Amino acid sequence: MSNLYTLNVDQVVNGIKNGEFTSEEYVSQIIERIKKVDKKINSFITINDYALVQAQQIDKKIRSGITVGSLAGIVVGVKDNISTAGLKTTCASKMLSDYVPPYDATVIKRLKDKGAIIIGKLNLDEFAMGSTTEWSSYGLTRNPWNLDYVCGGSSGGSAASIAAQLCTASLGSDTGGSVRCPSSFCSVVGFKPTYGLVSRYGLVSYSNSLEQIGPIGRTISDVKKIMEVISGKDTNDNTTIDTKNNNIFNNNHSDLEQKNSQKIGLLKELINGADEPVYQCIYSAIDKFNEFGFTSEESSLKSSEYALASYYTIATAEASSNLARFDNIRYGFELNPDDYEWNTYFSKARGNFGDEVKRRIIVGSFVLSSGYYGKYYLKAQRVKDLIKHELKNLFKKYDLLLSPTVPVLPFKIGEKIDDPLKMYLIDINTVLANLAGIPAISIPIGFKNGLPIGLQIMADEFQEKKLLDIAEVLEKSININTPYPDL
Amino acid sequence: MTSSSSSLPVKIGLEIHCQLTQLNTKLFCSCYCNYREKEINSNICPICIGLPGSLPVLNKKAVEFAIMISKALDCKIPELTVFSRKNYFYPDLPKNFQITQYDSYGTSTSIGKEGSVKYGENDKLARIRRIQLEEDPGRLVYENGRMQALIDYNRAGVALVEIVTEPDFTDPKDVRIFLNKMTSILEHLNICNTNLEGSLRCDANISIGNGKKVEIKNVGSFSDIEKALTYEITRQKTMTVHDIEIKAETRHWDDKRKITKQARSKEEEEDYRYFPEPDIPKILLENLYLIKTPELPDERKFRFINDYGLSEHVSQVLIDNKDLADLFESATKIYHSPKSISNWIVSDILAFMEYDSSGKKTITDEMKIDAKHIAEIAKLVDDNTINRSTAKSIISRIIKTGELPSDIIKKEKQATTIINDEKILLESIDRIFKEEKKAMLDAKQNPTAINFLLGKIMRLTKGRADPKITTILLKKKLDEEV
Repeated sequence: MSNLYTLNVDQVVNGIKNGEFTSEEYVSQIIERIKKVDKKINSFITINDYALVQAQQIDKKIRSGITVGSLAGIVVGVKDNISTAGLKTTCASKMLSDYVPPYDATVIKRLKDKGAIIIGKLNLDEFAMGSTTEWSSYGLTRNPWNLDYVCGGSSGGSAASIAAQLCTASLGSDTGGSVRCPSSFCSVVGFKPTYGLVSRYGLVSYSNSLEQIGPIGRTISDVKKIMEVISGKDTNDNTTIDTKNNNIFNNNHSDLEQKNSQKIGLLKELINGADEPVYQCIYSAIDKFNEFGFTSEESSLKSSEYALASYYTIATAEASSNLARFDNIRYGFELNPDDYEWNTYFSKARGNFGDEVKRRIIVGSFVLSSGYYGKYYLKAQRVKDLIKHELKNLFKKYDLLLSPTVPVLPFKIGEKIDDPLKMYLIDINTVLANLAGIPAISIPIGFKNGLPIGLQIMADEFQEKKLLDIAEVLEKSININTPYPDL
Repeated sequence: MTSSSSSLPVKIGLEIHCQLTQLNTKLFCSCYCNYREKEINSNICPICIGLPGSLPVLNKKAVEFAIMISKALDCKIPELTVFSRKNYFYPDLPKNFQITQYDSYGTSTSIGKEGSVKYGENDKLARIRRIQLEEDPGRLVYENGRMQALIDYNRAGVALVEIVTEPDFTDPKDVRIFLNKMTSILEHLNICNTNLEGSLRCDANISIGNGKKVEIKNVGSFSDIEKALTYEITRQKTMTVHDIEIKAETRHWDDKRKITKQARSKEEEEDYRYFPEPDIPKILLENLYLIKTPELPDERKFRFINDYGLSEHVSQVLIDNKDLADLFESATKIYHSPKSISNWIVSDILAFMEYDSSGKKTITDEMKIDAKHIAEIAKLVDDNTINRSTAKSIISRIIKTGELPSDIIKKEKQATTIINDEKILLESIDRIFKEEKKAMLDAKQNPTAINFLLGKIMRLTKGRADPKITTILLKKKLDEEV
C-alpha cells in the first residue's frame, strides 16, 4: 500500500468501500506522515488519539455489511477554532490552552455522521486574527512549498496540511479571506460559502456577521463533497438559511452547456492592484477561460477602495465584544483567583492574549465607544451595504467576477509581522466576499519562483453551483501538473 | 420643611423587570426557565454559560409574551426589531455582554413604545416609554464567613421584559398603586407568576426641582419602593433647603436601616458600547400584531360591575389581585350570589392574606380556603342557617383546617343536641354501672345516691343526656339489677 495519502475524497471513500485498503491502513499512513512531515511545517496543534479506533470501527462496519456514510474513512483536519467534543480547542491562544469543549460544532457533527474521521486540530493565527499564521501561540506554520515563507492565514494549518498531504480535506474559517488567502499561498482549493449556508454553531466567533466555515481540499470536487455534508439550515444557528430547494451542489454540468452565455467580469481595481507576477498569471488564466468560450470583460467595483477599512472596523468591533467572555472564570487555564478583586483578575487573565488580538480588541472597543460609534462603526456598516449593492448590480451583468485571491506572492516569514497595515493589505481582495456575504473560491493557477498564485472567483449569493462548476472547468484546463511539495 | 421646598416638583420614573416565568425555556437556549430550587449550576448549557462557539437561539414565545405586554399597555409595536449587545464586565454575566435591546442612532429596537396605563380610582395616567426583551444574568452567592463569591448560572439567560415609564409620578403612594395595577396586568396575561421571589423587580429614578436624577436600585419588594421614594424625597428636599447640590448617582435601598445609600457616582458612568447583536437576525413583529391578549384587569372590572352588579370599589379590590378575582368567579359558579360572595372575600378573606416577598397580598399555602368554602358560607348566611357572626368564626376556623362549613355546622349541632334516645341513654347507664359498681349497689339501697350516677352519665354525655328520661331509666335499670 503505497502513498494512500495522495488520494482524493472519492478515491479514499471508494477504496475503503471496495476493500482495496482498509480505513485503518489509510489513517495509519496519514498519522505516520504527520509524524514525519509536520515537524517541518507545524500545521497541527492537536492530534486526535482516537482516529485509529474510529477507523477500525468503520472497517468493522464494512466487514459486517453495515452501510457507511458518504465520507466514511476520509480524514479531516479541523481549524482549532471549531469546537470538537473531547478534543482540545485552543484557538491558538494561551487563553484556551486547557479548554476541551463538551460539544461538537454542527459541521463536526455532520461530518462524523457521514463517517469522516477528525484527525486533529490545525494551527491558525490566534482567534483567526491574522493573515500569515505567524500569530499562533503554538508556533508559526511554514509554507510547504518553501519553508522560509509564510503559508497565509488565518487558516494556515488547514491549507498547509492539505498541500503537505496530511489529511484528505480540512475545514477553515473565513472572516476576511482566512480560507482563501492560505489556500492561494499553499496552492490548494479553498472555498468561502454564502453567509448563512453553513452553520457557525461551535465556531469560536471572531466576527459573527462576516465569517463562514469553509472547506479546503486539493480539488474542487473534494471541496464540493465536504460542502454537501456541512451546509444547510441548523436550528442552533439563527443566521443559517434553509436551502432545501436549491440543489446547490448537484454534480450535473447541464448549466454549462451554453458556455457562451456565461459572462465573466474582471475586477480591474483588484487585478491592476496586484504585483507583476500575480497580474501576469491571472491574465494567462483568463486566456484559458476565453479559449473555453466564456466571454470576459473588464469591470469596475468603485467601492472596493473602502472595503478594507469597513472590514477592519466591523470585524474588530465584533471581536472586542466576542472576546470579552474569555475572563478565565468558567474555562481557560490555571490561574488561582484567590486574593484578586474581579477587575484585577480579569486584567491579569486577559493579559494572556497575544499582541495582535489585543490590538484588535482595543481598536474594536474604540470604534464602538460612545461618540465614535457613528463616525466609525455605523459608517463601516454603510460601506458594507454600498459594496453589497454595487456587487449585486455587477451580478446582473456578470455570472462571475474574477480577481487575484491575494495581490502579492507569498513572502518571507517575519517580513510583515511588525507592520499591521501592510499585513492588513493582504486581505484587500478577499474581504469583499465577506462584506457582501457572497460565495468565493481560490483555486491554484500557477507558480512564480516556486511560489503559488491563486485566482479568486466570486458569484452572487447562493450561486455556489454555478461558481463551482465553472471553476472546475478552469481547474481541468489549467492542469497545473506540479507535483506536491517534497517534504 | 419650608414651604419653598415642599412646592418643588417631584418627578419619578420606573424601570420594571418582569421575568417571563410562564415560559418553558430560557430566552436563548433550551434550559428550563424555572431555575428556582435547582442544584447550583445544574440548569445550564453551552449557550447560557457562553462557551466559545455557542450561539443564541431566540425563544419566539418570549417575543409573543413581550408583544402581549405591549398590547396590554397600549404601546405602538414596530414592524421589526433587533437585539443589541450591552458590553460590561461582571462575573455573573457569562459572555461579559448582555443581549438586550437599545434605541440608538435612529433605530428603534424595542418591542413596544409610547404606551400608557390608567391606574387608581381617579384613572391617573402613566405613560410607558418602552418595552424590551433581555436576558437575566446569573447570581452571585456569598458564602458565610468567606471572602469569596460563588457564581450560580442557573438563572443566566432567563427572559426578562423591561418596562420603562416616563417620569410621570409625583407621589410615592401613586407608584405603589401603579405597581399593583402592573402586577395584576402581568398576572392576567399569564406570563409571570409574580408570587415567585425575584420574578418582578423595580428600579426608580427621582429628581426634585432642577436637581439631578438619582437612581434607586436593589429594592426588594414593591412595598419598599414607596418607602424608599418617600425617604429619598425627604433627603433631597432637605439637601435643597440647605443648598447642597444633588448629584446624579445610583443609590441602593438598605432594607434593614430603611434608608438609601450611595452605590456609585454617575460621573464615572460606564460606556456600554452598544451595537446590534449579529447572531440574531431582525425579527418581524408585523405577523404578531394579531396575537390575542387574555381578559385584562380593566375589562374584567367592567364585567364585574356590569354582569355581577358589583360596586366600583369592590370590583377594583378584586381585580387588583388576580387571586381574589379568580376566587370570586369560581365561588360564583358554585353558588350564584355575586354580591354576598364578593363581600365575604373583600371584608373577611382579604384580612387573612399575608404580604409575600414582593409586597403583594397572597393567599398563602397555609390558608386552606377555596371557592367551595366561600360559596357555602354565602349560601348558609343567605338561607339564615347561620348568622353573620357564626359565619365569621367559621371562616377563621376553615382557614386553618380546610373543613367544609356544612360539616362544621353538623358537628356543632350534634354537640348541642339533647340526647333523648332511650337506646343511647341505656348504653351510657350500662357503662356507668360497670364502672361504678359500688355506687350502683349503694343506690339500690339509697335512692338519693341515684344523683351521683346521674352526674356521671351527664359527664359522659357532655351534659347532653335528658335528665328526666335518664332518671326514669336509671330507676328502672336499678330495679332490674339483682
